[in-house]
Order: sequence, then C-alpha cells, then structure tokens
Amino acid sequence: MTTCQELVEGLLEYLSDELWPPKRAEFDLHLARCGSCATYVATYRSTIEMARAAYDPTHYAPEVPESLVQSILAKAPKTVAKRERGVG
Amino acid sequence: LARGVLSWAAMDVDPPTHASGERPETPFLLPASNEPGGQRSFSEGRAVSNQATTVPAALDEETLLAGLKAREPAAFEAFVRAQSGRMLAVARRFLGNEADAQDAVQDAFLNAFRAIDGFQGDSRLSTWLHRIVVNAALMKVRTRSRRGEEPIDPFLPVFREGGVPEHPTSEWKHAGVDALARAESRQVVRQAIDRLPTSYRNVLVLRDIEGFDTAETSRLLDLTPSAVKIRLHRARQALRALLEPHFREAKS
Repeated sequence: MTTCQELVEGLLEYLSDELWPPKRAEFDLHLARCGSCATYVATYRSTIEMARAAYDPTHYAPEVPESLVQSILAKAPKTVAKRERGVG
Repeated sequence: LARGVLSWAAMDVDPPTHASGERPETPFLLPASNEPGGQRSFSEGRAVSNQATTVPAALDEETLLAGLKAREPAAFEAFVRAQSGRMLAVARRFLGNEADAQDAVQDAFLNAFRAIDGFQGDSRLSTWLHRIVVNAALMKVRTRSRRGEEPIDPFLPVFREGGVPEHPTSEWKHAGVDALARAESRQVVRQAIDRLPTSYRNVLVLRDIEGFDTAETSRLLDLTPSAVKIRLHRARQALRALLEPHFREAKS
C-alpha cells in the first residue's frame, strides 16, 4: 500500500509519467481515497504553473537602463573594414 | 543602411515597462498595439517600425546577423536594444541582485559578440542568445557569495510514523494561472522563487521556467540527471510551501 509519504516523494515521477504501471496504479488508488494527497498534487501543479506564469513576458519585461546599453556597446568589437558610417 | 537599421530596431522589441519589470496595467500608458487582453503584438504599433518592416522577419534576422558578423556598430546597437530586456529578465530569474543580473547580461553580450562568427543560423538568434545568457547568469551565481541562503528542509513536508503527513494539505483558493492576473500575485511568486536556496532555484528556473529538459539541465549544472530530478522535486515542494500562506483557502 502506498503511504502519503511515498506518494509525495514519488510525485515528480508520477506526474512526468515515469512510474512503472503497477506503481502508477497504486498512486492512482491512493489519490482517489486521500483528500490531503489529492490537494497536495493539485497545489504542486499550481505551483509549477504559477512559477512559469509569474515571468510571462506579456507582463514581465524589465526596462534596461541606458547606462547598461552604453556599457555593453562600448565593449562591442570594432568594425573590421574601415568605412564611413552615417549612423551613430 | 538607414533602412536596414530601422528593421533591426523593429525586431522583437518589447513595449516599455516600469522599473519593477512589471508592464504598466493602465491601458493608455501602453503602445496602441498592446491590447489589454494580453495579445503579444510587439512591433506593429511602434512608430519606428511602421514604414520599414515590409521585409519578412526571417530576412530581418539574416540582415542583422550579417551586420553583426561585419562588426557594424548599428547592428550591435539594434541587437542590444532588441534583446537586452528579455535577457535581463532571464538573468533576474537566477540572480536576486540587480547589479549581478546586469553584469550577467553584459557578460552574455560580450560572449555573444565574441562567438558571433561561429553562429551558423541553425537556431534563432534569440534562442542562441538565451543559452548564452543562461550560462552567464549561472557563472555569476557560482562566483557570488552563498551567505544568507536558507536551508530547504524547513519547507519540505514532514511525515509521522507510517508515512502520515504531520499536517493535512489545505486547499488553495484562486490558485493557478488565473490567480496571477494581478501584478501583486506575480510579485509574490517571484519573491518566493528568489527565496529558494540557490542550488534548488537554479534547477527550478532551468526546468520549469526556461524550458530546459533534465539532460540539458544536468549538463548546464554539472549534475547527474537523478540529482536534477531530486532537486527539482524539492524546489517545487519548497516553493509550494512558500506560496501556501498566500493562496491557502481562507478559514472562516
């Protein structure tokens, strides 16, 4: 019989479908009966989703200080062929 | 040349943001193209790109790459301006300290400039650069002091004899992606990730946020794949515990 501890410790393999089928069936059975573990699995999944979403580029895009841009450009390699440039 | 510069500048440029990194949520502060619905339409609404971007995006990248390989200052500038925002976002995921994150971005660009001749165009330039900034950030993490790091054990679940949990798990209210509609909630999650001990945070960021698989993560961190899995699981458990007070169902 799978205990709560075994379930929680094996959760990563369970969710990424890496458990061998009999073990997986035991986990399924445990989850059908144990509300606390079912909630643990749900909140573990939420955690992964939220970690990803917290940095969604639709919302999260830091402003780059001009000083950083200039400092990077100052160290850019110099032009190979010496020609005149109209852009500065 | 001016035409080319305009199209480089239009390549994948993000709309402006507040200093916190959070995009402002008041619609009138945003460029016209950035609908409140969250559609990702980065460049259409920007004045600079309107006339010059009849060229397909793939050609833009080709033009940019040619400019970088020819050491064109304008190409470097367009490249840095277009990519540095997202690179800083990546570096901040690994480094809690803003100065360290900016250093990592600078290191990454210098590494990219040095390596540009070897870039074959077999992936997108931004994908190639992503890997470079991840490496630069990890390098910075390694050289940084580890003082003040919290141990992970207090955030892992405790079990009694017979594998019974010490505390049953409470349900979360408004959890998941919907909960993150509010900027404040996204901030809570980012701060919780920042609190993870470095060696766990690195794995969680690489696997769950940057999208590297176990094999790639184990190479980047010089760990065995099974060590990556163990750390990832513990990092997720610890993050779950750190988020719990914010998302737990309110007891009446």
